[in-house]
Amino acid sequence: MRKTILLSAATVAGLATGAASADTLSDIKERGKLNCGVTEGTLGFSARDASGKHQGFDVEFCRALGAAIFDDADAVEYIELSSKNRFSGLSTGLVDVLYRTTTWTFSRDVDLKTSFVGINYYDGQGFMVPAELGVSSAKELEGATVCIETGTTTELNLADFFRTNNMSYEPLPVGSPTEAKALFIEGACDVYTTDASALAGVRASLKDPSAYVILPEVVSKEPLGPAVRHGDNAWEDVVRWTQNALVAAEEFGITQANVAELAKGGDNPEINRLLGAEGSLGEMLGLDADWAARAIAATGNYGEVFERTIGESTPIGLSRGLNALWTEGGLQYSQPFR
Amino acid sequence: MSNYEFVRTDMLPQQEPPSDTVGVIGWLRANLFSSFYNTALSITVLFLLGSVLMNAVPWVFLGIWNADSLSHCREIFASQYSDGREYACWAVVRDRWDQIIFGYSFGNLEEGLFWRPVFALLFVFVAITPILFPSTPRTLYLATFATLFIYPWLIWGGSLSSYLSIAVLIVAAGYVYQILSKYMISLFSIGLMLVFLILGLWLLNAPISALIHLILPFELQSIPSREISGFVLSITIGIVAIVASLPLAILLALGRQSDLFIVKKLSTLFIELIRGVPLITLIFVATVLLKYFLPKSVNLDPVLSVMILVTLFTAAYIAEVIRGGLAALPSGQKEAADSLGLNYWQAQRLIILPQALKISIPGIVSNFISVLKDTTLVSIVALNDPLGIATAVRSHTDWNGIVWELYAFIALIFWLMCFSMSRYSMYLERKLRTDHH
Repeated sequence: MRKTILLSAATVAGLATGAASADTLSDIKERGKLNCGVTEGTLGFSARDASGKHQGFDVEFCRALGAAIFDDADAVEYIELSSKNRFSGLSTGLVDVLYRTTTWTFSRDVDLKTSFVGINYYDGQGFMVPAELGVSSAKELEGATVCIETGTTTELNLADFFRTNNMSYEPLPVGSPTEAKALFIEGACDVYTTDASALAGVRASLKDPSAYVILPEVVSKEPLGPAVRHGDNAWEDVVRWTQNALVAAEEFGITQANVAELAKGGDNPEINRLLGAEGSLGEMLGLDADWAARAIAATGNYGEVFERTIGESTPIGLSRGLNALWTEGGLQYSQPFR
Repeated sequence: MSNYEFVRTDMLPQQEPPSDTVGVIGWLRANLFSSFYNTALSITVLFLLGSVLMNAVPWVFLGIWNADSLSHCREIFASQYSDGREYACWAVVRDRWDQIIFGYSFGNLEEGLFWRPVFALLFVFVAITPILFPSTPRTLYLATFATLFIYPWLIWGGSLSSYLSIAVLIVAAGYVYQILSKYMISLFSIGLMLVFLILGLWLLNAPISALIHLILPFELQSIPSREISGFVLSITIGIVAIVASLPLAILLALGRQSDLFIVKKLSTLFIELIRGVPLITLIFVATVLLKYFLPKSVNLDPVLSVMILVTLFTAAYIAEVIRGGLAALPSGQKEAADSLGLNYWQAQRLIILPQALKISIPGIVSNFISVLKDTTLVSIVALNDPLGIATAVRSHTDWNGIVWELYAFIALIFWLMCFSMSRYSMYLERKLRTDHH
């Protein structure tokens, strides 16, 4: 408060301060906190618990960054951004990184002057139907009534999917997800469709989740990932390689439990380079040698994060699917640590 | 005369009115079933009302208060009620009411910080008592002045001395004005006072604050602005806007009516500019877009900038309400004041404004009510109003699927606040009534 008054007084007095530096990492270190942009509340990805702490899949990646930079996963300030103000929040410097279930698209990457640095969740549009319909594939949905939000990419994807598979459907246009859900429960439409990750959440919130099944087909690409401002490549590298470290850790079998042991050095040179026992990867990033080990120790590897926040053991119950490691038929792949 | 067979010579005693025109039946006949159309209308409305209440009343009163999560609630419904229907799961309110009321900053009851907003609100009640009820002792105005500094201290925390030093500087500026106004015209002394205040805040604030800190070394845990949320945030913004907008609005209304060309044009420009733009746009521009133009190191406090904007916005609207009040006064009032030899400010203060404001009370209070509700718009700049907290609660795995319970709770609290403001304004109108009826 006092600082603000002083600052406003300073502004009134016309004391313009120097232009901000483009070096986000040193700004963060100076501030002592990472400003991480998250959603106001998306089931499983970011939500506050009863004690006001942020929890969720995206939050874990912010925590990993906090641990990599400060050795303190709690040195993160979470700023809740709506889908409307997320990009302005990023470009004005309100947040350093946006972990906000944001789909990486051409226009956002190129036109909005944001840089997407990776994909932490491969999402896509999916379908949910009542189990009693006896349908096991979206290709059996010939003639079905679909509750669909008007004016969304979901609507367009749906039309494309049915057209390419030479099927017809009856659209029932609705205004909001809540309305769609209500109509679906009443049985006014046979199919409920939205992004697969949200679909699982909707299913989990229903009175009797087991009466509904999510069909295996995913009919669109919604790669969700972290975004930073254009033009600060050093900071971009920190975000990209911290996320990569978590993915690589899963590949190498490094877990929250054994990371301290493995960080002492072992036979696998890539693990040694990743955890800082060999080489100087941390220094190249402008961080300490054990940055990746600290991040893994704080959150666990990608698989652990997934299982703990949105995986099959949670009420959300998402399966790994596309988000399995590339070695297990998924798309999660880290560039080599060399 | 004799061909009359009967002439009553004594008065009949008064009789009870027919039973179907008095009591409940009489009232019903007169108000609900007086004609065919009214009867049809009454029956339709009663039927609709009944069917809504048939569902709503059990939903509310058979709801569950003791549960850990929505699925737990549903288990209890299934075991307690055989009809398979869903009732309210009030357990979510029981679990998260502290967060919705006190926000994330004070809502964790184990941390034990919740006394701060409670005390802050108590201070506000004490502070507004002399304003609301003029019969209370005038010394309470001291408490009003103190609250201006105690309230932010309790909410934002930090060291008490940094707030008190501003208070000291303001009091000092007041004395400066009093002394100066003996020697020069008031416009110059106001200007010099402002210069003194700005210089004082810039140069003297730190030493005075350090000095006070030696005597009163009280410190509270600092709360980052962004963490202030829930009803604490709404009420804080609402109170500031309500308290600060009225004087500003009066000045703007007088300015717009003034004969001074520049004052008149500036007031009109300000009012029309602010009224022409939606509040949500103003808030967004001030907190997000301004950051594009200001250097990155200038850290605009999000809550402070929202407070300033909501105040300006409300002031512009209330100024027009007051202008309506001013216009309603017969011009004879001003002429009478002139003929008594009162100067402009004396005339305004003693004759014009008391009457104009009295006429404007309903309009002013409805603006106050609407600004309190408008505080929920701060969600656009990533602040967590009660509805934002509701969204977060609904996104938690425990309570995913809850909708009505949280909104009903928030609506109830808003209604209580707004309804008491409206009752107060009616009390004030009755009290200030001078006409005979």
